[in-house]
Amino acid sequence: MIYLDNAATTRVRPEVYDAMKPYFCENFGNPSSVYQFAGESLQAVDRAREQIAALLGAEAREIYFTAGGSESDNWALKAVAETCAKKGKHIITSKIEHHAILHTCEWLEKQGCEVTYLDVDENGLVSPEAVEAAIRPDTILISIMTANNEIGTVEPISEIGAIAHRHGILFHTDAVQAVGHIPLDVRAMNIDLLSASGHKFHGPKGVGILYCRRGVKLTPLIHGGAQERNRRAGTHNVPGIVGMGKAAELAGEHLEEWGQCQASLRDHLIERVLAEIPYVRLNGDPQKRLPGNANFCFRYVEGESLLIMLDQRGICGSSGSACTSGSLDPSHVLLAIGLPHEIAHGSLRLTLSEDTTREEIDYVVDELKKIIERLRSMSPLYEDFLRKNA
Amino acid sequence: MPAYSEKVMDHFTHPRNVGEIEDPSGVGTVGNAKCGDIMRMYLDIDENGIIQEAKFKTFGCGAAIATSSMATELVRGKTVQEALEVTNKAVMEALDGLPPVKVHCSLLAEEAIHAALWDYAERNHIEIQGLEKPKADISEEPIGDD
Repeated sequence: MIYLDNAATTRVRPEVYDAMKPYFCENFGNPSSVYQFAGESLQAVDRAREQIAALLGAEAREIYFTAGGSESDNWALKAVAETCAKKGKHIITSKIEHHAILHTCEWLEKQGCEVTYLDVDENGLVSPEAVEAAIRPDTILISIMTANNEIGTVEPISEIGAIAHRHGILFHTDAVQAVGHIPLDVRAMNIDLLSASGHKFHGPKGVGILYCRRGVKLTPLIHGGAQERNRRAGTHNVPGIVGMGKAAELAGEHLEEWGQCQASLRDHLIERVLAEIPYVRLNGDPQKRLPGNANFCFRYVEGESLLIMLDQRGICGSSGSACTSGSLDPSHVLLAIGLPHEIAHGSLRLTLSEDTTREEIDYVVDELKKIIERLRSMSPLYEDFLRKNA
Repeated sequence: MPAYSEKVMDHFTHPRNVGEIEDPSGVGTVGNAKCGDIMRMYLDIDENGIIQEAKFKTFGCGAAIATSSMATELVRGKTVQEALEVTNKAVMEALDGLPPVKVHCSLLAEEAIHAALWDYAERNHIEIQGLEKPKADISEEPIGDD
């Protein structure tokens, strides 16, 4: 199997798994318990908090454990809407955010908030000028993702954060796709709140964090216990937290090396696809993109068919076609960068990891060429296109 | 991705009757690219009104390709009247079912048969009893070029 869907989830690294193992059957104590036995669990949670804080340039006490990226996104937005309600009710975000942001914004709109959804350019970039222009006296929060999950575009969050702070507005970033993949520093990048998820960088599923800068008021989303300094109730997912901590430590140690090897294979993949397959476009910014992300649209081809055929050849990828999204519309991200529906249906996202090899990429391109040719030979759109250009 | 039956996977992987027919007796195109499904069906109908050959081209998901393939199989050798009875239900049953979100693909297959038969009837200035003008046609919504 060739796994090129690392933006969906990643393999838990063996070192991470090893670090987690003692916290199932041996050190199973509840970190909130008083006796010494539980002390090891508490220490493990605190250690993980420090490992994650180190990766982000944060302080350990600014890291709050959650059940994942979606919870962190929900929490950040809802908490700020609540704590800043007296100042205002206006939020600025973009049209290409993850649904954990977009659907939370829609929910907040029902509660009386007003939300500006900024357009992006053809590469998926949010313009800092547009952010600044959207600011109103009652703007309380700007939330722009660090990197897009579909097209891999890395946003100018440092600049956007600076604008937010100049206007005295809180800045949140959904960094689920970025943490552990590109260098981040919450202080230098003017970030007040940041969401991250363990399983996107070789940690386990079901655990994430919300970074909340010291001094920023954070009200609980989940009530019912004193965990996480009274801000997030619920018994700690100790093995998960330990795993995410270890994954953060590994990512910090190898960030540059893993990033470079992925980026060079990604460029090889993109170059070959663009050179060897006709009527294809690269989605996302050619330079400002995640090291492991490649996203293409193949004209006259539909994404789900493409994915099944890749699967039959042992290749795991993903698509933004309607058929894979469970609705009639293709991905909101592809539409937001200006692609017409019929082209957006033919998208393919391949996301690498540091374990991806050049041989795998070459095999994928060789198979992709055959599959695209075959699907086009069956496509009435391609038939019309050829006839028109005969 | 939805769970497809073995029959669906078989017809997707080895689609029957893919292609075009030169000088067809009737050809119909249904669906639109905006929604991600377009089917084109070609029919070769002899002087006795029997479908000698059926071919298709489809832009769409796994179910769209499989239902097109099955629809061509089901209408081959049938009279025009019999072909009208190849409903979306018949196509679905022949494929051992479709996931609920993919039922519209079978409707598109039925519609493609009707569109091709309608074209045949128009070309020959005949009326096929029980055949209504098909609803969807991409000619009504041209595909954008860039």
